Amino acid sequence: MSPAIGATLNRVDGRFKVRGESRYSAEVSVPNLTHAVVVNAKIASGRITSIDTTEAERAEGVLAVFTHRNLNRVATVPRLLPSLAGLAAPGQTFFPMQDETIHYGGQPVAIVVADTIERADHAGTLIRIEYETRPPITLVDQAREQAYVPERIFGGLLPGHGSRGDVAKALAEAEVCVDATFRFAPNHHNPIEPGASTAVWDDVDRLTVYDSTQGPSAVQFTLAELLGLPPISIRVVSHAVGGSFGSKAMVWHHPALAALAARQVGRPVRLVLTREQMFTSCGHREEQEQRITIGAGADGRITALRHHKLSLTSPFDDWAEPSLQSAAVAYVNPNYEGIYHLVRGNTITPTFMRAPGEASGMFALECAMDELAERIGIDPLELRMRNYSDTDPESGKPWSSSGLRECFQRAAELFGWHDRDPRPGSRREGQWLIGSGLASALYPVTQPVNPQRARARLYNDGTAVIEAGVSEFGTGVFTAMTQVAADALGLPPERVRFVGGSSDLPNITAAVGSAGTSAVGSAVHLAACELRDQLIRRAVGDDHSPLHGSDPSRVEVRDGKMVLRDRPDVGETYADLMHRTMTPDVEVLGTWNPPPQDAGYGVHTFGAQMAEVAVDADLGVVRVRRMVGVFAPGRVLNRKTAHSQLMGGMLWGLGQALLEATRMDPRMGRWANASLADYLVPVNADAPDVVVDTVEMPDEKVNPIGIKGVGEIGVVGAAAAIANAVHHATGRRQYELPITLEKLL
Amino acid sequence: MRPISYSRVSDVATAIGTVTADPDSAFLAGGTTQVDLLRIYVEQPRRLVDINDLPLNRVEELPDGGLRIGGLARMSDVAEDPAVLRRYPVVSEALLLGASPQLRHMATVAGNLMQRVRCSYFRDTEASCNKRAPGTGCAAMEGVNRGHAVLGTSDCCIATHPSDLGVALQALDAVVQTEGPAGPRSIPIDDFYLLPGTTPEREHPLDHGELVTGIDLPPLPVAATSRYTKIRDRESYEFALAAVAVAMSVVGGRIAEIRLALGGVATKPWRARAAERELDGAPATVESFTRAAEAEMAGAVSHGMNAFKIELGKRTIVRALEEMAQREGTA
Amino acid sequence: MVGANTRGCELAKSYQATRTAPSPDSAVVRGPGEVEVRLRVNGQDRTMMIEPRVSLLDALRDRLELTGTKKGCNQGACGACTVWVDRRRVLACLTLAISCESREITTVEALSEGDTLHPMQQAFLDCDAFQCGYCTPGQLMSAVALLDEGHAGDDDEIREWMSGNICRCAAYPHIRAAIRRVRDEQGGGRASH
Repeated sequence: MSPAIGATLNRVDGRFKVRGESRYSAEVSVPNLTHAVVVNAKIASGRITSIDTTEAERAEGVLAVFTHRNLNRVATVPRLLPSLAGLAAPGQTFFPMQDETIHYGGQPVAIVVADTIERADHAGTLIRIEYETRPPITLVDQAREQAYVPERIFGGLLPGHGSRGDVAKALAEAEVCVDATFRFAPNHHNPIEPGASTAVWDDVDRLTVYDSTQGPSAVQFTLAELLGLPPISIRVVSHAVGGSFGSKAMVWHHPALAALAARQVGRPVRLVLTREQMFTSCGHREEQEQRITIGAGADGRITALRHHKLSLTSPFDDWAEPSLQSAAVAYVNPNYEGIYHLVRGNTITPTFMRAPGEASGMFALECAMDELAERIGIDPLELRMRNYSDTDPESGKPWSSSGLRECFQRAAELFGWHDRDPRPGSRREGQWLIGSGLASALYPVTQPVNPQRARARLYNDGTAVIEAGVSEFGTGVFTAMTQVAADALGLPPERVRFVGGSSDLPNITAAVGSAGTSAVGSAVHLAACELRDQLIRRAVGDDHSPLHGSDPSRVEVRDGKMVLRDRPDVGETYADLMHRTMTPDVEVLGTWNPPPQDAGYGVHTFGAQMAEVAVDADLGVVRVRRMVGVFAPGRVLNRKTAHSQLMGGMLWGLGQALLEATRMDPRMGRWANASLADYLVPVNADAPDVVVDTVEMPDEKVNPIGIKGVGEIGVVGAAAAIANAVHHATGRRQYELPITLEKLL
Repeated sequence: MRPISYSRVSDVATAIGTVTADPDSAFLAGGTTQVDLLRIYVEQPRRLVDINDLPLNRVEELPDGGLRIGGLARMSDVAEDPAVLRRYPVVSEALLLGASPQLRHMATVAGNLMQRVRCSYFRDTEASCNKRAPGTGCAAMEGVNRGHAVLGTSDCCIATHPSDLGVALQALDAVVQTEGPAGPRSIPIDDFYLLPGTTPEREHPLDHGELVTGIDLPPLPVAATSRYTKIRDRESYEFALAAVAVAMSVVGGRIAEIRLALGGVATKPWRARAAERELDGAPATVESFTRAAEAEMAGAVSHGMNAFKIELGKRTIVRALEEMAQREGTA
Repeated sequence: MVGANTRGCELAKSYQATRTAPSPDSAVVRGPGEVEVRLRVNGQDRTMMIEPRVSLLDALRDRLELTGTKKGCNQGACGACTVWVDRRRVLACLTLAISCESREITTVEALSEGDTLHPMQQAFLDCDAFQCGYCTPGQLMSAVALLDEGHAGDDDEIREWMSGNICRCAAYPHIRAAIRRVRDEQGGGRASH
């Protein structure tokens, strides 16, 4: 039997999805259901002076209207901690509808519950709200002078500043210096399934919430604290999730609002965010500006890097996506300074968005590197190689594994990089200027801090069910887990079923930071291995087994049969053993204790991105013709699903580079394009064919299955490769994302 | 969406009579604008009169050699109609570059002409908007107005008209046929669209209950050499930043006939008459094209984020004419 | 000018036939409260009490529990709600359910024949043409219709004619591969439903 890991198994949930049978959180059939609609503040700063719900309450079908005056208070608002920590993980440390204050546009101010969605929605417009308005701050430029350097960012997980060596001196002495400032439009995740919660109270202290989330247990723990209930009172179910990209990584207000409303109306409540509400209800990638200064010798060797970021955060939290972390360790870099500057504004707390920080920080670094290569007159690929570091420049420790050079080598072959004429504007086809660019991709390997668990149960017919509380939001984790368990148990994948998507199952941290598959995969692997070993031990200890008396370490399992490794004709199946011993099933709980983050290695995922663009010489339109991405994500569990995720990430980079921008109207403090017609994400016609390849370097230093994750690395560097290609095509550097056509007119 | 009542009618007279008699009613055809705007409370009729069963969905020959497109013909059907494709390719191209295949199956050509603007302040019932709520001001003037118009604007409104089809029809001097309480009317396409002026809420010279029954394309040999060029951020499924409909014939290197209209840059589908004057009889060269583009955009007014549209408009005109001339040259 | 064109109008026969003086308001009014609406969905007659404002999308999802059709934006900007009405792909979110009486509605639930997947469903599965799966029913309804419409000639055509369905996971190249496969399997032209 060939191993399942690495095979291109079709998605195990795919059949349900193509038949429209997967039930997402707003689709679970619940008797006696009601529909809730959230009404949002139309001002961004101030307070409610009056709120009249009379007409709304009288509207047909309306069961209740909640405002800060009659909605039950939350018990406590937990601290903001990224959901990777495995604890309660609110998206911000503010919970709405507790008083009359308005902190940001779109803040929930009322909830209408009615018997149909149409009636709830209409009644929401009948609520009369008056405000006392204060001028909001919603742009960095409005409060630049109020910027401060936070002690810590990102929920307290990362320092707000860091340095090594003497960056000022090194920059002063550098033979070549590149100094560039980059501006980034805010971005919104826009998964096609909006956030949705269906809350059902089975009893006063028994709540089930069907929620669209990256972490059922994170929702459970957060709701427990908000509602003042023990975790045993709350079950969170997430059968299928229609994309997230970080918007469902933290726990936002809607599941708790649905639960509060459901308790008060005494009926199940479904609350689905509208597309417009997706722009104000689950965070975003914040507006930001980054200044990068690279000092280098005439040979291109980097001697200093200064990287400052200025961004907008909420009134409540010191949040900045960690844009400096990967850029700080990408290359040899003896003198370094990285500082986050924050401006408080009237916004919801920004949040994770696919490659949070790396997508922006590596854009700045990799565009500056391209400029440095041009300045020095060497190939940009050669510049990366000259500055390649065998060790983590910050800690000085060796990388657990890298692969950056191999990725570039392979990418260059696939792309045909070395045929490139380096002169900008050197290639033209009719109206189109053609250019190509590259960038390095780096993404940190993050680990959960708490034990990760999975349960494996083998039945006496030789089939196995594997359970863990992870949700499936498009990563292919259910499929990969089936493969991991199949290999560990020695079973074909079709005899293994993976079950996830509920907080009742063994606890797994929210699948965030590209760490989801490694967390659950390690636990599944250990559970399945232990289950197999138990059965082998039982066989060798059983008088009636052909394996009786054998050394367990010489036994392996092939296609459900335990056999001697060097005498495969000797052995018996799991089923034979279990039938003979009248055993209905065997079950094991596997626990993986992640290694500490400072385990003696630098841990990052590496990759190489290349892109070819065509720029309309007169009209400025940029079209990406092809993209090549080669990544070293450790072991690849499923080539098909992993490559899909990497490809999706690269096309996210295309969107980031050319299309995606949420535009703030600072007078109103509200987004002016909160729709999928106006916030442009790539459509089929924008997406070129994408070549994805992987350099497999199983890295068992990071976890027992040797994987580093593929969810985000595909985004990193893709936008920079495109921007560098635009420069190569036109001779014009791009310092602002997205690169819309007016910048090239 | 507010509660609405619904009637379905099967003949034109009943349709017109029903809507005329009820000031809170509106026609429902493809629904792609009507349902969208009802759902966000921008349009507020209390009754919809479904006219999808009316026999107005054919493309027919007119005795004068022109073509009549039924008002309820779907965008996708018109785009693939052999006579339209052969004699008025610009109409087909404009239709196919608009919306998405699904929307084109739904939307009617009359509805396309009547679609409302995409200005985000028009669509936001809390924002000031003279078009939606006359007298409240225009939030777009100093707001997020990257997509807004630079031609035909007023102090009251700068919203871009979103129709691509309307631009093609402008170039062709199409005539809109209507029937209403006062009987049938023929309205030249240029008159069918009103400039915002001080009454941006009034976009068409139609009475309540007046129905667009058809669009007449005049017999126009030059329309056989016509095309539609659309520039946008996204490759598909997006409204234009700039668009050009052009029909042109070149004889002996000189422009013998020219029809030019602009989209994406104006408050109504914009007939580029100043450019046409420059081009008429001029040599079919980039210099002529550039001069014409300059002339057309000379009166353009921008409001900040949309300043680029003046230059983009010029360059799109030049591009469209160049491509047309090349095609003519090789034909 | 107006006169010249009016002459053409007068000569157009079909309009002569329909032109009459406006009738008084004689149409049957239904709603705004709940009314009985009969829909034919996937070959079955379904009856429900709904208000006229209920969209086809909400009728399918909330009233008929046909949740395969997805709600992504509810304003015609994503394509997740693509269904067929009279065998043409349209957006269920911008369609009122009541306006579909006497029309034939087909949703993703009707693509398979029993347990056998439609070739396009199988191709999506084999080509990994989706990740989260939420836009997938809409993509499938578009993709099958696309072949029927004859707009899958080459990749450029597929790209353009599939652009009404947003896939945020960006499985687009794989969606094209799946469509190519079914097109080629079925002789390069049209797929049967």
